[in-house]
Amino acid sequence: MSTILPLTGNESGAEVMRQIAPDVVAAYPITPQTELMHRFADYVADGKVPTELILVESEHSAMSACVGASAAGARVMTATSSQGMALMWEILYIAAALRLPIVMPLVNRSLSAPINIHCDHSDSMGARDTGWLQLYCENCQEIYDTGIQAMKIAENKDVLLPVMVCYDGFILSHTVERVELLEDHEVKGFIGEHIADHPLLDVDNPVTYGPLDLQDFYFEHKRQEAEAMRNAKPVVLQVAEEYEVLSGRKYGLFEEYFSKDAEYIMVCLGSAAGTAKAAVDELRAAGENVGLLKLRVFRPFPAEELVAALADAKRIAVMDRADGVNSIGGPVFSEIRAALYGRSSAKISNYIYGLGGRDIDIEMMKSVFQDMKDGKYAEEAFYLGVRE
Amino acid sequence: MAIKLKELSHKKDLLAPGHRCCAGCGSILSVKEVMMAVDGPVVVSFATGCLEVATTIFPYTAWRVPYIHCAFENSASVMSGVEAAYQSLKKQGKIDKEIKFIAFGGDGGTYDIGLQALSGAMERGHDMLYVCYDNEAYMNTGIQRSSSTPRAAATSTSPAGTVLPGKTQFRKDLTKIMAAHGIPYVAQATPDRWRDLISKVKKALEIKGPKFINILSSCFRGWRCAPEKSIEVTKLAVQTRFWPLYEVEYGKWKLNYKPKEYVPIEEWLKTQRRFQHVLKPENKPLLEEIQKNVDQRWEELLQLCGESSPEVTPGN
Repeated sequence: MSTILPLTGNESGAEVMRQIAPDVVAAYPITPQTELMHRFADYVADGKVPTELILVESEHSAMSACVGASAAGARVMTATSSQGMALMWEILYIAAALRLPIVMPLVNRSLSAPINIHCDHSDSMGARDTGWLQLYCENCQEIYDTGIQAMKIAENKDVLLPVMVCYDGFILSHTVERVELLEDHEVKGFIGEHIADHPLLDVDNPVTYGPLDLQDFYFEHKRQEAEAMRNAKPVVLQVAEEYEVLSGRKYGLFEEYFSKDAEYIMVCLGSAAGTAKAAVDELRAAGENVGLLKLRVFRPFPAEELVAALADAKRIAVMDRADGVNSIGGPVFSEIRAALYGRSSAKISNYIYGLGGRDIDIEMMKSVFQDMKDGKYAEEAFYLGVRE
Repeated sequence: MAIKLKELSHKKDLLAPGHRCCAGCGSILSVKEVMMAVDGPVVVSFATGCLEVATTIFPYTAWRVPYIHCAFENSASVMSGVEAAYQSLKKQGKIDKEIKFIAFGGDGGTYDIGLQALSGAMERGHDMLYVCYDNEAYMNTGIQRSSSTPRAAATSTSPAGTVLPGKTQFRKDLTKIMAAHGIPYVAQATPDRWRDLISKVKKALEIKGPKFINILSSCFRGWRCAPEKSIEVTKLAVQTRFWPLYEVEYGKWKLNYKPKEYVPIEEWLKTQRRFQHVLKPENKPLLEEIQKNVDQRWEELLQLCGESSPEVTPGN
């Protein structure tokens, strides 16, 4: 049995939290994450979850409290956006390196300056090397499904890394869509009980978290963290399979939308993939050989699988909703081009789009496919939809 | 709640010997005394600093109790997460033990970079004790000035130069700031008065809610005194009324010790070479300014504690 509800992205995120019912949630308000926490605070106030909700005085303390609570042995979540995550930065690395399976919906929003509350991926992309898994969502259903899966992935003993569930601010967070929910008991059964390995609250078996780790051990610990991220890839797939059995909805590392036989492939992540799909539909109907590869899992980066999926493309266009400001290109582009180096002869171009919530429409998506067809290429990124 | 030395001497150290603090470190004495006051299960957190570095070098740890260090500015917020986890699991019947929570930080991690996290944790009412081991500068990084560093003290970043005579500002009164939070218990202590310190920690741990204790702890490297003088210097800080021993329990201020005679601040400054320039004849006005500040703070404290002062005549 499933329930179908009209939910915004934030409400979907709140449903994830209600059904997971974490022992501890620490949060600080920031637009556009706020409504998720409002709704969750209602659940706490009404006694629908046993969660201790810590309403901290900053995001830095939100992540710090999550670290403490998770090390203590609790199942822990938080949520943030933009500047909030920028303030967490230092502790993001620590949460990952202490191997704490915290799950955090990240409602993607641009970074200041100039200050702007709307969507782009500068926040999560900047945190791509913090040791957190990053899963990107296209719509509200994916926010729900990914959130539930995230907890199971994070707590897998071969992984034990925190997970960011990234979804586009306002575009998804504030848009009502049809969302199919699992029953509470199904979610509970799916994620299971959280049993921490060396909790601080096991006072009879005291452990030291976060010691000084010098030249003789630090490197080995970082190496183990890297290995955990590698382990995460099969775990993401295994959890997706189990989730499909439960929900009937299929997830993978990425989604291939008419891209398997396509000559011209666009790579994109987040809500823009929906727009890209509409563009592909129209172009396919007109007989064009185009397709979309929607990246879902950016960390761990599925390089081998991407290479195989993109190997036969004639041209590839990578869409970035964050600028590297590095005179090379956006982060998704840099990594895909690096993965394909020496393994594909396709020219790969980069498009920076949608910064600060700038709209991207079907016509703009189609223009990218047209560029590929026309052989338009430059070493530097193209800026799509900006006044030059 | 009498503290018996004999009993303490039989107690197992929760902080094991073999840590790597300097001989004569006042901070480790403070922390050790705090831990002596603990009777049941406890979890501790630490801010980055000397004690974190010296007590936990992987694969060793001097801690016989659960310990967490996360970063510099968040000992209080990390511990608030640990405490919240405890409350949640207890509420759900997943844990039944009574556990105490103590967060530690030095003055840098408490007065400065961690003040916001501390203030937030105290305001939220977590059932935890925060202990600041205040050695009046960033000792771990090489003796830089903090907002706890006293006026005129020479540090690596406030050296006594030809133009500037050490730190140009007076220290922040953090204990008062914490008392202004209206939390159930706030106190000042020193490790030389171990009975007072341990009693305060015991009392704090019995009180439900957020508690704060500020412990002046010498650092012979930074204070530039002999390591064997580390106890003596904090004793003198109390005698000169630079560091009064007092507590604020549910809003009631109480002076724990009133020096019998007036000992000028000069006597304390003399014991530490970080102040040696202050004692030069040309810096007499500076010395007077420091004395005036000590006197003024002491008067304010006496008033808060409802104590009379021979120096102040009625109506003055």
